[in-house]
Amino acid sequence: MSGDPTLERIAQGNGLALCAAGSWTARFAPDLERIVADAEKLAGSRPNIFIDVSQVSRLDTFGAWLIERLRRSLTQGGVEAKIAGLSANYSSLVDEVRRVKANPELDGSAVSVTGMLEQIGRSVAGVGVTLVSLIDMLGAVLAASGRVLIRPRGFRLTSTVHHLEQVCWRAVPIVVLITFLIGCIIAQQGIFHFRQFGADIFVVDMLGVLVLREIGVLLVAIMVAGRSGSAYTAELGSMKMREEIDALRTMGFDPIEVLILPRMLALVLALPILAFLGAMAALYGGGLVAWLYGGVEPEAFLLRLRDAISINHFIVGLIKAPVMAAVIGIVACVEGLAVQGSAESLGQHTTSSVVKGIFFVIVMDGVFAIFFASIGM
Amino acid sequence: MAPQPSDNIIRVRDITVQFGKNRILDGLNLDVKRGEILGFVGPSGAGKSVLTRTIIGLVPKLSGSIEVFGIDLDGADAKARRGVERRWGVLFQQGALFSSLTVRQNIQFPVREYLNLSQRLMDEITIAKLGMVGLKPEVADRFPSELSGGMIKRVALARALALDPELVFLDEPTSGLDPIGAGDFDELVRTLQRTLGLTVFMVTHDLDSLYTACDRIAVLGNGKIIAAGSVADMQASQHPWLRQYFHGKRARAVMG
Repeated sequence: MSGDPTLERIAQGNGLALCAAGSWTARFAPDLERIVADAEKLAGSRPNIFIDVSQVSRLDTFGAWLIERLRRSLTQGGVEAKIAGLSANYSSLVDEVRRVKANPELDGSAVSVTGMLEQIGRSVAGVGVTLVSLIDMLGAVLAASGRVLIRPRGFRLTSTVHHLEQVCWRAVPIVVLITFLIGCIIAQQGIFHFRQFGADIFVVDMLGVLVLREIGVLLVAIMVAGRSGSAYTAELGSMKMREEIDALRTMGFDPIEVLILPRMLALVLALPILAFLGAMAALYGGGLVAWLYGGVEPEAFLLRLRDAISINHFIVGLIKAPVMAAVIGIVACVEGLAVQGSAESLGQHTTSSVVKGIFFVIVMDGVFAIFFASIGM
Repeated sequence: MAPQPSDNIIRVRDITVQFGKNRILDGLNLDVKRGEILGFVGPSGAGKSVLTRTIIGLVPKLSGSIEVFGIDLDGADAKARRGVERRWGVLFQQGALFSSLTVRQNIQFPVREYLNLSQRLMDEITIAKLGMVGLKPEVADRFPSELSGGMIKRVALARALALDPELVFLDEPTSGLDPIGAGDFDELVRTLQRTLGLTVFMVTHDLDSLYTACDRIAVLGNGKIIAAGSVADMQASQHPWLRQYFHGKRARAVMG
């Protein structure tokens, strides 16, 4: 590697020669930029300026462009700066950069107040769009279910079973573990505080109602939204990115029927099962803590549980499960199909699938609470 | 920059690569000379991409040594390795553009990392690189998902050339391009080799590319280089696969 690049100024009569030497390459680009910026100030100072590059030992695109930039800024007022001493090897490179248009106008992504306001406006308007697309997907899934009912051969049993394994069977250990722990915690906290009133035994009432009616299904739904909703979005999203969904469509398959219906069905079947298992695990955990920590004998616990809760509590919990599953599934599928071409977009939609899924699950829970309260269940 | 003969830019010795029980490369030797365009051919699944990925260090090898720019890549420390990586560019089969960055950001990505340049110069260089690969400045602010297959290849080449490397690896650069686009691409590689003194390692199936762009051809078969030499050498070879490849129906069509 030869030395640092230089640009010497040599006066010749009424003209000026700028003699470039050294390595005019990417490595020295920051220096070169400064040298060239200095030399650009000479524009118009002499009637005749040329750039001599015969001493340049190495030249690459960066150097060639900077020489070209210098030539352009020295060319003004009818005076054309020339490049002299160009060796045959480099002339094609210089010709190449000569074709570059001057002052490329590239849009900068400037952050402005109006831009931020626009973003907020778009997000608000996006809420409406989201609701419409969710309803749209619900309709499409129902229509596809209708078609499958009429023509059961279109039903994808293998796929449904596969997804059922993924979202239900494989989720059992983690769901049971977490709900078991939550049951333990509720019972422990309940006993700790109820003991002050000598009302230890009422912890069974609290545990039963809370677990069967609310916490069991809500907790499991949130876990499923995080675990399976995100998986659905990522799967469908990457299929969309690789044009697999377009491929299905061109082969005459309906992506809703092939991809989404089995997933939705698996989720709608899985969530009640998981909610049931979760509720049982939580009751078991609560019972265990009540026995070991609160001294409530298992027989006394069961007796109290039978008095405290009716079958209604259990039914209320289980009725909510499939509806929440449908909400999670629809949100996940809508987000999956909304993925654009980039990896970033896939990440954004997977995130928003989980966030929206959990949000809608909690909203649905609230709606159900009002509904069941007003029908007295 | 005239090519200096007998100056090997890549030296591969006794490379063995194995996936499970499946031996892909078996004691392979290969030299690439400075300033040449080496076309690399072989049947599908013979391990052409595997060899490329082994040289650039993406696939671990069982044994053997690889020298690039005279530096043994196994013995090199992280700093020396980065120095080597800065001097080569890689064009992946699918382009491998960063999907969340625009074309301009893709091309400027390595520049920003290795050189401390003003935004103005980077933008101008980006436009120059795009021009070199035959694209208009307008595509600079598009995202990869908004480009056609041929444009993705060109942008990927522009990114591979962003730092003016001495060596570029091209993995099937003309696959998926229309014949005119592929011809332009070959011409482009030739021009760049002439102007920048590039050494090109090109995996290809395109007979036109082999005839028009490549100085030398190496053929991979059974995990080894079964032949290396000029197009004429290949045509004279008696190896059955080579005979079929260079004297088949398509080869005759290309030769006229």
